[in-house]
Amino acid sequence: MDGSKLDHKYDDGSSDAQSGEQKIRNFNINFGPQHPAAHGVLRLVLELDGEIVERCDPHIGLLHRGTEKLMESRTYLQNLPYFDRLDYVAPMNQEHAWCLAIEKLTGVEVPRRGSLIRVLYSEIGRVLNHLLNVTTQAMDVGALTPPLWGFEEREKLMCFYERACGARLHAAYFRPGGVHQDLPDDLLDDIDVWAMEFPKMLADIDGLLTENRIFKQRNCDIGVVTEDDIQKYGFSGVMVRGSGLAWDLRRSQPYECYDEFDFQVPVGKNGDCYDRYLCRMEEMRQSTSIIRQAIAKLREATGDVLARGKLTPPKRGDMKTSMESLIHHFKLYTEGFHVPAGEVYAAVEAPKGEFGVYLVADGSNKPYRSKIRAPGFLHLQAMDHVAGGHQLADVAAIIGTMDVVFGEIDR
Amino acid sequence: MTEALKELGAHIEAKRSDCVLGWDIAFGELNIDVTPANIAGLVDFLTSDRTCKFSSLVDITAVDYPERAKRFDVVYHFLSMYQNQRIRLRVSVREDEMVPSIVDIHPSANWFEREVFDMFGILFSGHPDLRRILTDYGFRGHPLRKDFPTTGYTEVRYDEAQKRVVYEPVKLVQEYRQFDFMSPWEGAEYILPGDEKEGAK
Repeated sequence: MDGSKLDHKYDDGSSDAQSGEQKIRNFNINFGPQHPAAHGVLRLVLELDGEIVERCDPHIGLLHRGTEKLMESRTYLQNLPYFDRLDYVAPMNQEHAWCLAIEKLTGVEVPRRGSLIRVLYSEIGRVLNHLLNVTTQAMDVGALTPPLWGFEEREKLMCFYERACGARLHAAYFRPGGVHQDLPDDLLDDIDVWAMEFPKMLADIDGLLTENRIFKQRNCDIGVVTEDDIQKYGFSGVMVRGSGLAWDLRRSQPYECYDEFDFQVPVGKNGDCYDRYLCRMEEMRQSTSIIRQAIAKLREATGDVLARGKLTPPKRGDMKTSMESLIHHFKLYTEGFHVPAGEVYAAVEAPKGEFGVYLVADGSNKPYRSKIRAPGFLHLQAMDHVAGGHQLADVAAIIGTMDVVFGEIDR
Repeated sequence: MTEALKELGAHIEAKRSDCVLGWDIAFGELNIDVTPANIAGLVDFLTSDRTCKFSSLVDITAVDYPERAKRFDVVYHFLSMYQNQRIRLRVSVREDEMVPSIVDIHPSANWFEREVFDMFGILFSGHPDLRRILTDYGFRGHPLRKDFPTTGYTEVRYDEAQKRVVYEPVKLVQEYRQFDFMSPWEGAEYILPGDEKEGAK
């Protein structure tokens, strides 16, 4: 297994006599890439001493699609749908980072209604992500009911995705300069009704898990992350907040119009899996409150959802009467818009942590280089550090709580 | 915001004038150009200095400019959660040059440096385990270099006869489509049809 010399054989086929203790050696196993608790195509090479993890070497890249290379040969607008396919659990949050990067370079202002819709859907994305994460992590440690309940709510949220943009998952809804389409009023009503009922549903999951003896045994004091680890391993998102640091980009470096929303940043105390679970639950409640605030604001903020200009298509009505609009529409969807040369880094507080885009533009219609900074990449990297010394069964709990999705890690 | 960044840039330049080649502020972000030999020292300084405290590494990546003598820009992003500030360091390196690894200061640089090595072929001296990370086991070439074709060189398929996955040179049924949307009146780098006698514009 690990090239141990203990069972060395001599020429005549005999070997040294060994006492029981000498025969114990570390055991290497493959965890994944098709393990249900690996949350995707993760391959962990684990060195085990009995049931204790001595070393953990994650092998990633099994879902590598070359997104960054592909992006260099496509226009800015054609690149947008790639971002849905990164973290496919909360697609719109990724698009947001891409749009912010382009808007930063071009200096485009997003109209208020567009901005509010972005906040609304980013928070829906956060609930989508946390619902999946909390419930499947519970499944990894032995509870079967939460995912069944959580996925029902996810289904409702994906219906809202569908009603806004026509796709349940790969939305391509956020566009540089705003969002693609306006929301109908009855959709806002339905989201509001959902947001009123959702806390009850959260309380149900809460009742199943939070004080559950098995759940606590499997999560308390598992995968403890300290402030020093956070800095050394570059954690972000819930991995930071679970350890007591109130670090949230929505609050500390506000983008979009998050500064006018009223929400709390929940923090944990012990930095273990259980505290991270509690943070996620509370974040869902806060997100629901942001959703309701956004809807209230959206009812007053009527207006355009796209900054009309070079980046965005003209109104359908204009295209019927104005030749310039027709040409603009044609050029926008073939050649695409040009972005002035420069380099920017734009980050959003995605549900999993800091999701950033480093964009180098050379003034043409295609990005010269775009680097996607996924939070899960750094979290998974620390696996060896966090899981070392834990039991094999805890590896599943830690992977679950790190919230890894391979779409964004492998890119 | 920009004022604070200006102060920060001046502070770093004053303290570590040997490392800093130049700095500027663009789009509300502070960029510092650093020499390859001094990167580890400067990163260490940025982490420990009280006014900087750039203790979390956000990202390491590279950009390929094949026409330049110093072909690659290795780009580091740092974040200070304590000062709520971001910074970008740029290091220009030649193709045959090595960059000192910063794994000792930031363990999180490990995978980032592996990724840059994998994608660009830039070597990091002092890295404990410089393996490929994202590409296939046994992959050859460095995909994010500009001279690497988007289609790659090999393709895989499952072979029914051999009962295993086989690697073959890439066969394209049609040319990889790269449309030229540039207006011929603005950015044409070719001679327009009919203009052959005039020569290129």
